[in-house]
Amino acid sequence: MDALEQFRADTRAWLEENCPPSMRTPMPEDESPWGGKRAVWKNPESKQWLDAMASKGWTAPQWPSEYGGGGLSKEENKVLQQELRRIKARPALMSFGIWMLGPALLEFANEEQKKEHLPKIVRGEIRWCQGYSEPGAGSDLAGLQTKCEDKGDHYLVNGQKIWTSYADKADWIFALVRTDTNVKHDGISFLLIDMEQDGVEARPITMISGASPFCETFFTDATAPKGNLVGELNKGWTIAKRLLQHEREMISGMGMGSGGGGTGLADLAKDYVGQAGGKISDATVRDSVARQKMDSHAFGLTLQRTTEEAKAGQGTGAASSIFKYYGTELNKRRNELIIELMGTQGLGWEGDSFSEAELSAPRSWLRSKGNSIEGGTTEVQLNVISKRVLGLPS
Amino acid sequence: MGLVLTEEQTLLKETASQFFQEKLPVANLRKLRDEKNADGFERSTWKEMADLGFAGVLVPESYGGTEFGPVGLGIILEQAGRTIASTPLLSTVLLGTTAVQLGGSQTQRQDILPAIAAGETIMALAVEEGPHHNPTQIATTATADGDNFKLSGSKTFVIDGHIADTLIVVARTSGEVNDSNGLTLFLVNTSGTDGLEITRTIMADSRNAANVTLKDVSVPASAVLGGVDGGWDVLEPVLDAGRIGVSAELMGLIQEAFDQTLVYLKERTQFGEPIGSFQALQHRAAEMFAELEVCRSVVLDALSALEERRNDVPSLASLAKARLSEASKHITNECLQMHGGVGMTDEYDVGLFMKRARVAAATFGNAGFHRDRYAGLDGF
Repeated sequence: MDALEQFRADTRAWLEENCPPSMRTPMPEDESPWGGKRAVWKNPESKQWLDAMASKGWTAPQWPSEYGGGGLSKEENKVLQQELRRIKARPALMSFGIWMLGPALLEFANEEQKKEHLPKIVRGEIRWCQGYSEPGAGSDLAGLQTKCEDKGDHYLVNGQKIWTSYADKADWIFALVRTDTNVKHDGISFLLIDMEQDGVEARPITMISGASPFCETFFTDATAPKGNLVGELNKGWTIAKRLLQHEREMISGMGMGSGGGGTGLADLAKDYVGQAGGKISDATVRDSVARQKMDSHAFGLTLQRTTEEAKAGQGTGAASSIFKYYGTELNKRRNELIIELMGTQGLGWEGDSFSEAELSAPRSWLRSKGNSIEGGTTEVQLNVISKRVLGLPS
Repeated sequence: MGLVLTEEQTLLKETASQFFQEKLPVANLRKLRDEKNADGFERSTWKEMADLGFAGVLVPESYGGTEFGPVGLGIILEQAGRTIASTPLLSTVLLGTTAVQLGGSQTQRQDILPAIAAGETIMALAVEEGPHHNPTQIATTATADGDNFKLSGSKTFVIDGHIADTLIVVARTSGEVNDSNGLTLFLVNTSGTDGLEITRTIMADSRNAANVTLKDVSVPASAVLGGVDGGWDVLEPVLDAGRIGVSAELMGLIQEAFDQTLVYLKERTQFGEPIGSFQALQHRAAEMFAELEVCRSVVLDALSALEERRNDVPSLASLAKARLSEASKHITNECLQMHGGVGMTDEYDVGLFMKRARVAAATFGNAGFHRDRYAGLDGF
């Protein structure tokens, strides 16, 4: 047996022993394991599952083990993911720390910062949120104004962030702050701020879907020690860009192959529109479903090709912009199609005349509208492609 | 799956690219069109292509082929698409070889495959009977007549039919029109066959197709390719190979049309600016680029499915043909619009790309046909 097969056998045995039975069932929204100091574990087994995975560093399988990560190779991680999928395991931890901040810290932070923050991210002890956008700086992110002053032994922060996901539930925030007001891109720094202080306040914003996943976050004479600055002063833009790349990849991967409460589009159409001889009875609807499934199939192949190209050292380099644009537009179309397939049963807001899946359809549809706005709008992605990839003039 | 080209395939791509750019540029198609060339392609260049091994790509080495496989052929077809090269690659190398490989007897293989590889024989598939692709709607009949069969009926849009040495005629030996059962494929010699009439049709894309009529054409039982009444078992995979091949050609065509348009966007100035600096055009160009990337993945996977004999070939053939038919329509339309007035002139290539794209989109099923087929294969 080669080393990788041995790893598979060991992993399988370990998962068998350590993945609790209820963690092998579909995850309800309110059991999402976000961790953090104020985490509420509705199902105690999700905490047990997180601790087991964190003890192996497998919440961040490819991070170096010296920072609490799993230290796995790409191949080993692939095996781990396959084995997790095989037993239909829930994610042990959902975390902006792992998806976004961690990779940036690994690349840009000093040793002390890595040792301080990465292990806590791996264990889900600290829940992070991202402080990028401001009321006046959305897609034009470099226009941000939140002021950060050097007060000798610490920094003083004043200003406002917006669209900070789950800021009301987060412990720390990684924020872009302005340390030089005379220049645009070169006056931005990347700062880690403890939210457990009087100078930071997060207010939830109610969205069109009725949910409040985003907040307005206010800094009023908030402080941060000098050691919380990541990378060089005024060079935060480089880190921000890299982080956005991770974010785009994360968003474009969302909602692929999901939706409709786990029911396929074709089955949904057969249930709500009707069928004749095994086919969706309405020819127009059938064509729309086919189109959506084919688009999704084609996009999946493109994600796969890019991965293979990256392995072979080829590729266009524009992948993340293309995926962000295409993946989110695809997901929006999918959600539009779902509520159309369900008819008025897919437009209910509350009450017993609608099933749980029916009530979630309009909310998912409304949430999906944000996909092409957050993390750089579709228009911004198209700008990036046309200028950086196609070399079209400004 | 192989979505990335191997070193050998990359080399083949370079060879093919150079060949088509030098020997069969778009200017060659214009010349054939303008001088009303009766064949619609150059036999001498075809011979050169055969010498390079292009004609025997799918033919096993034991029959004198180069056996580069479907991915190799896809690479060549893509490069041919970039210059809209008029060659029998599709009719003979892809459809002809695949049909004989799948359905041919030992004798038929021995007779035909080495000749294909050597560039000495041209074949054509006579299947369509109406203006829309419908391979089960076959009214052409073949009736047993002693040891022979007698074929009667008419075929349209037979690609390379007027230059073919042998036609593969799809005829009905039993069943009703629209049945996939009861079809039989026949190899019909085009020279000295009584009752066979072939007329070239001049199509919008200046490429080659023909109408064929058969009036009591008598062929021996040895002309049956595959089983009597079992022609669908050969025809369907041959058509899928054809759909994937046309998609590969379209891939090259839309890439070239897009590349030329991109150059134009950077050069052409209006209101004192290069038109490529206008966001209205930039965003549409970026959308086309993303679509090209998606198309490329689909075509590559369809070719590898063919090469690996995977069981999802039918689905992928339909995915590729639907996608490339639609994308080629959208992209050639956009490219023409972005060229403005000069796009409407015969002098610029963009119009030729658009015309070829429409004919290729109609070949072996348009986007609607293939969405319907994909849905059926997927169980809805």
